[in-house]
Amino acid sequence: MGTFRAFRHMVKDSLDYITHGSKTYHIWMIFLTVIMLIGMYCYSIQLDEGLSVTGMTDRVSWGLYISNFTFLVGVAAAAVMLVMPTYVLKDIDFKQAVLIGEGLAVAALVMCLAFVVADMGGPSVLWHMIPGIGVFNFPNSMLAWDVIVLNGYLFINITIPLYILFRHYQGKEAKSKVYIPGSIISVLWAVAIHLVTAFLYEGLQARPFWNNALLGPRFLASAFAAGPALIILVLAAIRKFSEFKIEDKTISKIAMIVTVAAQINLIMLISELFKEFYAPTHHSESAYYLFFGLEGKTALLPWIWTAIPLNVLATVLLTFHKLRNNTKVLYFCCFILFVAIWIEKGFGLIVPGFIPGPYGKIAEYTPTWIEIWVTLGIWAMGAFVFTMLAKTSIGIELGKLRYKKKKILKSETV
Amino acid sequence: MGDKKKWFQLDLGLGQKQAVAGSCGCGKPSGGCGSHATEPPKNDLTISAEEFDAAVEQELMEDSMVAQTRKDGFQQVFDRKMDRRTAFRKLTASLLVGAGAVHTSCSVTSGEEAKEKAQIDWEEQFKGNYKLMTQEEKQATVDRLVRSYQLRKKENIKMSAADASKDVLFGYAFNISKCQGYMDCVSACVKENNQDRNSQMQYIRIHEMKDGEGFKFNEADDNYYHEVPAEGHFYMGTQCFHCDNPPCVNVCPVQATWREEDGLVVVDYDWCIGCRYCMAACPYDGRRFNWSKPEVPEDEINKNQHYLGNRLRKKGVMEKCTFCVQRSRAGKDPACVEACPTGARIFGNLLDPNSTIRWVLENKQVFRLKEDLGTEPKFWYFMD
Ligand code: SF4
Ligand code: SF4
Repeated sequence: MGTFRAFRHMVKDSLDYITHGSKTYHIWMIFLTVIMLIGMYCYSIQLDEGLSVTGMTDRVSWGLYISNFTFLVGVAAAAVMLVMPTYVLKDIDFKQAVLIGEGLAVAALVMCLAFVVADMGGPSVLWHMIPGIGVFNFPNSMLAWDVIVLNGYLFINITIPLYILFRHYQGKEAKSKVYIPGSIISVLWAVAIHLVTAFLYEGLQARPFWNNALLGPRFLASAFAAGPALIILVLAAIRKFSEFKIEDKTISKIAMIVTVAAQINLIMLISELFKEFYAPTHHSESAYYLFFGLEGKTALLPWIWTAIPLNVLATVLLTFHKLRNNTKVLYFCCFILFVAIWIEKGFGLIVPGFIPGPYGKIAEYTPTWIEIWVTLGIWAMGAFVFTMLAKTSIGIELGKLRYKKKKILKSETV
Repeated sequence: MGDKKKWFQLDLGLGQKQAVAGSCGCGKPSGGCGSHATEPPKNDLTISAEEFDAAVEQELMEDSMVAQTRKDGFQQVFDRKMDRRTAFRKLTASLLVGAGAVHTSCSVTSGEEAKEKAQIDWEEQFKGNYKLMTQEEKQATVDRLVRSYQLRKKENIKMSAADASKDVLFGYAFNISKCQGYMDCVSACVKENNQDRNSQMQYIRIHEMKDGEGFKFNEADDNYYHEVPAEGHFYMGTQCFHCDNPPCVNVCPVQATWREEDGLVVVDYDWCIGCRYCMAACPYDGRRFNWSKPEVPEDEINKNQHYLGNRLRKKGVMEKCTFCVQRSRAGKDPACVEACPTGARIFGNLLDPNSTIRWVLENKQVFRLKEDLGTEPKFWYFMD
């Protein structure tokens, strides 16, 4: 009973806590809310008219939504790679980063699910996918696997931090016996969600651009570069806007992860390019389209030729210790790396899969404004969720939120 | 054919020269089927080209190919799940009643018809997957749909829930030398299958290719608007090939699309959630999606429908060629076959040794597209 009461208090306190804050905080949240509202309005148009308001057609039947979904699965997976060293190897440096990382994973997963729902033609019959009530094509369909692993991962990533925060909220230590097995599972699970998502594409013999054994590993490498890069940026922001202490050591360790992953990613990119262009076959057409355009159709060229130089530049800069240890350079590298991988693993991966079509037809894809706004709305929602989670956990970790210390706290925070 | 293939292979019992009991595609242990060697009906198999053309003509006329034997429904493997689904339905129903959401169906003021409409909509929204329904459930949903149409449009439609017949496996052959690119098949298909007129959805694509350059699909024009046959060109039609090992079926997360016993690959439009994974998985551009609400002018609606075939679709669901299931299961040829003025299209039962399609497979040099993918399409091309 006591636990229940404490939990109720925690929820109430956190709600209280996230509705109060500095002016910057309020402006930030209002800004996100406005974008979410615009996104929702655009989504309502899409619900009404059907997916014809997007740029997708029978020829290119997945677009911006699925691209973002794919990318965000990577972010979600990578966030948890920080868990391992902290909880299991008792590497203290990472401890603060972890709660943030898991919050990021939760936010990324929420976005993933939102993108999948936005992409569905019939959101009202989505219950057909719920195991037990609907009919699940398990184990044949990779999408069915993906639904399971993503939801399982979401569950793990909510429960572990919740447990730890709840203990801290009550002023107790979190029992390592409870959370260490959980975190080991979550690390393995992180690899699984990303591999399964890669298999979603890899398993299609109809699309040679995706039907490629390197797709899965390359997904992992790019995710472990982009995800931690985002974490570094987020930690930098948190350092700036709250009193939460994050040591330089923590950031430089994460930077190390980013660097190694980015290097591996680059090697795989070279291997892919070699295979596609050294002895081009019919199956290289998609890659040709992506990098050079086909028959004068060149919609993706500006994207990919932004992504590749950014990717190379970031990797090279990060490789040098001197540069990496300079926070300014580091933040810049993380930012361009994040953008580069977003393009490469999103747009640059999904769209060329459909071009040329099964019979060689080249029909291009350009997202419509409705699609773009829905996408922005979902990103805003992710940022909103993350801000709330991060604020609560920082509050608890800093001791501002404590069970039965409310009175004193009120005066402190406001 | 080798016993131990590492990949899936369609076995029709063609080219089997020894009589092995039970191994023939026709399923009969002895005789009566062209592929048993005991009494080779050589004469039957050596038809001259004229005779073959005559047979094609006849095939175009004939209707009595498939016996209308109704088979018992699919086994209800997921009895337990259905129960749970019912429980769920009741639960949500009660919740929503509490919330007043089924207001129309409870309201005293609204008429009987409105109530019935609401009732039908309700049951349709929460019905199960057609593939797993019993014969009675299939009939019930078909009746509901017919009634719903009656209530809304004050007109009657005929909708069938006919299951696959025994010993039938539908196949299709396309004569490249005959096709002249008239596209009569395309318009017949659009009409027959109530396809969306707004987006000009077409199941069939006719690719116009240059003579002497082989099959260069990427250089072919599948959207031409000039007089045909164009000088120096030949034509080739594609549509869903009803693969015997269909990748589109494997990937569907909710089993909204499947291969029927008679080889047709169909979609349950009410179960499809519109994820378009099947579309990405199809190597033959066989699927079409309803990006917006499909519209067919009232007077052009084909009222002879099948649940898995040409009944009216809604927005956000997948559809595709069904070999005109409403016709083929009633013993008729698909609309495209009937409409083709040149006789380039041949349709029939692959398991019937006397069918024209079997004759083509056994006597012509046939080939299929992208055979290396292991999809085993039941759609062959040949030349005279
Ligand atoms: S042609 Fe495409 S849609 Fe038709 S059965 Fe084969 S894979 Fe499925
Ligand atoms: S679009 Fe429909 S039929 Fe195709 S995979 Fe998704 S749910 Fe299945």
